[in-house]
Amino acid sequence: MAKLVMTEEETMLADMARGFLDGAAPVSAFRALRDAGQTHDADLWKEMAGMGWAGVLVPEEAGGSDMGQAAANIIAQEMGKTLAVSPFLSSAVIAATALRQVGDARAMQALGRIASGEATYALAVDEGIKFDPEATEMEAVADGNGFRLTGQKRFVVDGALADRLLVLARTANGLTLFDIPADRGGIARQATQMIDARDAARISFADVQATGEDVLGTVDSAMDVLKPALAAGQAALAAELSGLSAGAFGMTVGYLKERKQFGIEIGRFQALQHRAAHLWCEIEVTASAILNAGRMLDSDPEHAELAVSLAKARATDTAKLAVIEGVQMHGGIGMTDAYDMGFYMKRARVGAEWLGDYAYHAERVAALRGF
Amino acid sequence: MSEASLEGFRADLRAWLEENCPPQMRDGLMTEEGICWGGKDWVFTSAAQRDWLERCAAKGYTVPTWPVEYGGAGLSRDQEKIFHQEMARINARSPLQSFGIWMLGPALLHFGTHEQKLHYLPPIARGEVRWCQGYSEPGAGSDLANVQTKGEDRGDYWLVNGQKIWTSYADKADWIFALVRTDREAPKHKGISFLLIDMAQDGVETRPIKMISGISPFCETFFTDATVPKDQIVGEVNRGWDVAKYLLTHEREMISGGAAGLTGTGRALGAVLSETMEELDATLRADAMRCEIDTLAIGLTLERYKDQAEAGQGAGDASAMLKYMGTELNKRRHELLMTAGGSDALEWDGPLGNRAGDWLRTKANSIEGGTSEVMLSIVSRRVLGLPG
Repeated sequence: MAKLVMTEEETMLADMARGFLDGAAPVSAFRALRDAGQTHDADLWKEMAGMGWAGVLVPEEAGGSDMGQAAANIIAQEMGKTLAVSPFLSSAVIAATALRQVGDARAMQALGRIASGEATYALAVDEGIKFDPEATEMEAVADGNGFRLTGQKRFVVDGALADRLLVLARTANGLTLFDIPADRGGIARQATQMIDARDAARISFADVQATGEDVLGTVDSAMDVLKPALAAGQAALAAELSGLSAGAFGMTVGYLKERKQFGIEIGRFQALQHRAAHLWCEIEVTASAILNAGRMLDSDPEHAELAVSLAKARATDTAKLAVIEGVQMHGGIGMTDAYDMGFYMKRARVGAEWLGDYAYHAERVAALRGF
Repeated sequence: MSEASLEGFRADLRAWLEENCPPQMRDGLMTEEGICWGGKDWVFTSAAQRDWLERCAAKGYTVPTWPVEYGGAGLSRDQEKIFHQEMARINARSPLQSFGIWMLGPALLHFGTHEQKLHYLPPIARGEVRWCQGYSEPGAGSDLANVQTKGEDRGDYWLVNGQKIWTSYADKADWIFALVRTDREAPKHKGISFLLIDMAQDGVETRPIKMISGISPFCETFFTDATVPKDQIVGEVNRGWDVAKYLLTHEREMISGGAAGLTGTGRALGAVLSETMEELDATLRADAMRCEIDTLAIGLTLERYKDQAEAGQGAGDASAMLKYMGTELNKRRHELLMTAGGSDALEWDGPLGNRAGDWLRTKANSIEGGTSEVMLSIVSRRVLGLPG
């Protein structure tokens, strides 16, 4: 019976990740990156790959460390605390999980390139302003032995810099997932200036040629491959948001202990104490949902949907509260760009939308619970 | 324990339940009329209720995790999970509920002498003695350590005088565990003793208090020269606050878990609401989804803390968190039940039974056993380390 408690190995992984990120990717590093107008730190990603993070979900025979979803969640959680920028979720979690579902020689090669950090991926699903893969309209029209893809994708996270794209498109009898290089003819990428200062793009496809080789999984059956990949991404994103909540909360409690008004630390005021305590309670409860999602995906992925949506819904909500309280309790300084709290708030908002917002996941929970 | 032997345990248990749980006890009834509280004066509501209690008690299943020698079944945490799953699978009623099981038992297991455990625990497990809790006083609510009920040392016994309030079911209980001030000079936390008092004596009187829910589960309890033999103290003299706090953590977990139906038997809220409203309106449905999400997540948190405790990772003051989150959630849940019930829910004993009474009762959840505000103060001080 899978326990809702961190194993010794997991605790070590978390400690190791924290140690590394505090040194190599503190919030100040993110600030420097943003100030330089960049959305990716290639050296950092190389180091992460060297530690086995890029291959956390890649089988060992393909060169990965194959540590499982719970471990991926732990890494994502620690990244959330310091707002570390990397293509971890897009490549190491979502793309790796998708490729793993296929598992043929070509997929194994691709997995190897993910694990080594050579190739990065982005998932191109969204077309409207909300996450809704089933509503995909972009068409992949059969053309000889292959397809021609035409349409628009937006909010492609990590999409401006990714080497490859996983593109969801409508085919004759369903949806099909394509794995194509991002520089293929007919693809135009427009980087978007996101509030969280990270990589995202609008991508247009104009008669982009794809062969049967480019299809990931089976034609008209994208969900066989995409569903597990989305679940893995949603769980890891939830974990990142829970780490983000903890990071913002740590700053806030620290501030309550040191900031003085009316001659005393503001943390002595019960009005603030109770709000901080409530926030901690929410963070603790969400942490349980994250742990559970990792355990379910590792032990019983077929039945993990409820656990994943529960985790994403809770994490979205908790992160929102953590950053709202974070800014409010910091007062005016929390509103300044010079202070880090705003970074947490903006990333929390992007994370809330990506891969399904609270309402999307609440609906899934409701459906799975029979109402 | 290996997965194989756990599955063997499950199979045996399932067969035992099939054979021994009377059909009438498989309605999952958790309302007042379904509960078996036990005690000297307990009147079973049916032969099935009596059989169910006796059969479970014989196997140690009224207190499945207690050691066998004290009336339990000695189940491990994994076995306990299976036990609850299998009970829920057939929708079995709990065979016995009591403050002895939830509160005094854990405290005695931790602080009691072997003799005390042998003497007091098996009758609790068999449902023969019903206990109540003498903590709060008119002047000691959130400021619980301010107890004024005094116990004078009279050589081989304590002479107890004073008043307790909010003593749940004191009028039906056989014994009371009470906080009594045995040193008036010491600082308030250091002069309290934890005494076990037989209520079948002239110096103990109870008076029920009628509550907003229309019923009287709470009482005032008066001690007038009540006598308590010296061996009826749990823990050391004047160190009763340690016992009291330990017991409170169990009480808080019980209130948080039990109240919100988080212990595995809880039905999906949407299904419950749909019984009275065929189609939930959008507002109610949105509230219900949020409530369901929080219910599942808080239930997982309860599981996580149990797993952590078993793994030797102390959860510290987590019980304060669980108590706060669980009871506030339960209040939300019952507000939704009232909304879904519409005007039917507004009648005493109307078409929806005691729905209004249950709703009103939940308002006490965030007061009893430490208010939500006290819980937040505990978290603030002990977990966050904010200055007092």
